[in-house]
Amino acid sequence: MKPVTQVSGRAYPWGAKNIDTDVIIPAHWLKTVTREGLGKGAFETVRAEPGNIFDDPRYAGAPVLIAGDNFGCGSSREHAAWALADMGIAAVIAPSFSDIFSGNAFKNGIVTVVLPQDAVDRLVEVAKTDSVSVDLETMTVTTPFQDRFAFELDPFRRQCLMEGLDEVGLTLARDAAISGYEAGVAHDRPFMAGERFHASAAA
Amino acid sequence: MSNPQTLYEKIWNAHVVEKRDDGTCLIYIDRHLVHEVTSPQAFAGLRANGRKVRRPDLTLAVPDHNLPTTPRVDAAGHRLPIADPESAQQLDALERNTREFGVDYIDAVAPEQGIVHVVGPEQGFTLPGTTLVCGDSHTSAHGALGALAFGIGTSEVEHVLATQTLLLSPSKTFEVRIEGELGVGVTPKDVILHVIGRIGTAGGTGHVIEYTGSTIRDMSIEGRLTIANMSIEGGARAGLIAPDETTFAYLKGRPMAPKGAAWDAAVAYWRTLPTDPGARYDRTILIDATQIAPSLTWGTSPEDVVPITGVVPDPESFADPSKRVAAQKSLDYMGLAPGTPIAEVPVQHVFIGSCTNSRIEDLRAAAAIAGGRHVAEGVRALVVPGSGLVKRQAEAEGLDRIFRDAGFEWREPGCSMCLAMNPDKVPPGERCASTSNRNFVGRQGPGARTHLVSPAMAAAAAINGRLSDVREFDLGVQA
Repeated sequence: MKPVTQVSGRAYPWGAKNIDTDVIIPAHWLKTVTREGLGKGAFETVRAEPGNIFDDPRYAGAPVLIAGDNFGCGSSREHAAWALADMGIAAVIAPSFSDIFSGNAFKNGIVTVVLPQDAVDRLVEVAKTDSVSVDLETMTVTTPFQDRFAFELDPFRRQCLMEGLDEVGLTLARDAAISGYEAGVAHDRPFMAGERFHASAAA
Repeated sequence: MSNPQTLYEKIWNAHVVEKRDDGTCLIYIDRHLVHEVTSPQAFAGLRANGRKVRRPDLTLAVPDHNLPTTPRVDAAGHRLPIADPESAQQLDALERNTREFGVDYIDAVAPEQGIVHVVGPEQGFTLPGTTLVCGDSHTSAHGALGALAFGIGTSEVEHVLATQTLLLSPSKTFEVRIEGELGVGVTPKDVILHVIGRIGTAGGTGHVIEYTGSTIRDMSIEGRLTIANMSIEGGARAGLIAPDETTFAYLKGRPMAPKGAAWDAAVAYWRTLPTDPGARYDRTILIDATQIAPSLTWGTSPEDVVPITGVVPDPESFADPSKRVAAQKSLDYMGLAPGTPIAEVPVQHVFIGSCTNSRIEDLRAAAAIAGGRHVAEGVRALVVPGSGLVKRQAEAEGLDRIFRDAGFEWREPGCSMCLAMNPDKVPPGERCASTSNRNFVGRQGPGARTHLVSPAMAAAAAINGRLSDVREFDLGVQA
């Protein structure tokens, strides 16, 4: 994962609430076996509407998306995060996110910034004409007009984003602890293993 | 005696491998279900880094999402090809990946094949007190058996395959207590739609829901699976129900459940799991089950719920201006006018299936309405059993004959019309009464209009050709 410390530039001033992952990337785009190329399917139903924000030349290639409450609700498809990343979005600002989506976004180097509704409203206004900047060093979102909104991020997620860490690699380094846990369960609760699957003869 | 704990806290504490200074924990994952859509990139990630699957014995793969629900073998028993090349490629990838990494794989033509969330409990792979994950948000369903179960993204699938753990922060707890007896014609689906209508689609964000109360205790495992399945529609990543005698009776003898002395030890452990008296939840709501009517959705969010006796709401009636706008957009998409009695709305499609409502009790409830009647003219009605074993059981009970005689299509198991990833789709502008879990814009196909209903209500809609109150039918022997 590429390290990220700052995301600056134009922002889609959307503000829409309850955007589900079926809207971010419809299911028929999910028949891929790679992570790349999903940007062309991103927000397909929104883009079918004339005058939509994603095809507005003012915001072409914007690295920031400003959305409303509960962004990314619904399906767990990480394709939603891949689609955003593929269209060049590196930060999403909203009053709240679905739990699964914010985890998926983080794993793909996309910063999810939670700000109060009034701050989001202000940023939507600014973004119509000017750029915004998300800074992980100072943990603030700023505009050219002296706006400065502080946000919080899980310290571990922040470190992974800023250092571009490979989480699987980090956990694999904890192998002794995982093996120790497994040995404990095998001793104390051996029934947890259950039985393995056996295909029936008719298969 | 130690502090009273909730069911969630007990399962969480039993799975902490390591606790970090910032409070996040490395949590051990006991069970991992894998399907074709959210796993190819995870296996590719393992391959690219020369990594193995740590515990293939705790991992089970089965295709479901984009598998067509038409026959899979011809009359001579030969496998039929998958027409869509992209679907075929994804299905091939799952088969190849599971072989390469030594993961147990249920083949598309195996009798055990089905929707992951039907297969897990049915095989006894899902057990109380376990942590269970799958790259699918409806993994919350398995919480019906007292497993801490939640959906994960593909990067997390890769993380679990490689390490059998996830780094997680503890969730808050949310008790949804449902008390009282359900009215005639009111099913678990109506209960969970009612709950989501109450709490909203973000009501459970950051929380794990525990469903408690007499209504839940009196419910079968099939009914509990329907309830826990839709926890994610209320924003909660997981929904739990305490294991009890109903749970143990359901699991005993299942192929992958513990056997003999291990079974007895397991039951003894599972009895220690229910929430202790005096344990505190971060939030509690109380629902009076006697006040729940057969319910359904009118809009494009699972929280847009009305009783079948209700009318399409007027967007002007919402206090929140953003809700007013959202409701108007929903009504435009759904092609509905405010004030229309919901039971007068005609449908062209009916879908009985999905991980929410495709189990044997669901099919029995639908068959009880369909029996001796016929699907209305102009309506296409699909019944898609949740697994090959559900299908066999239904056929042994003669339910397939009832459905076929009534003009329903009887299909092969899979996710089908729930998510428009396989050939089963609702055409643009057409309306479907669906037993699935999401009525999002385009969920059942571009421009498709979805009303979420119970299996009995879906069958009633098929017979009447319009959304219908199941209580209009003779419910003397309703399942």
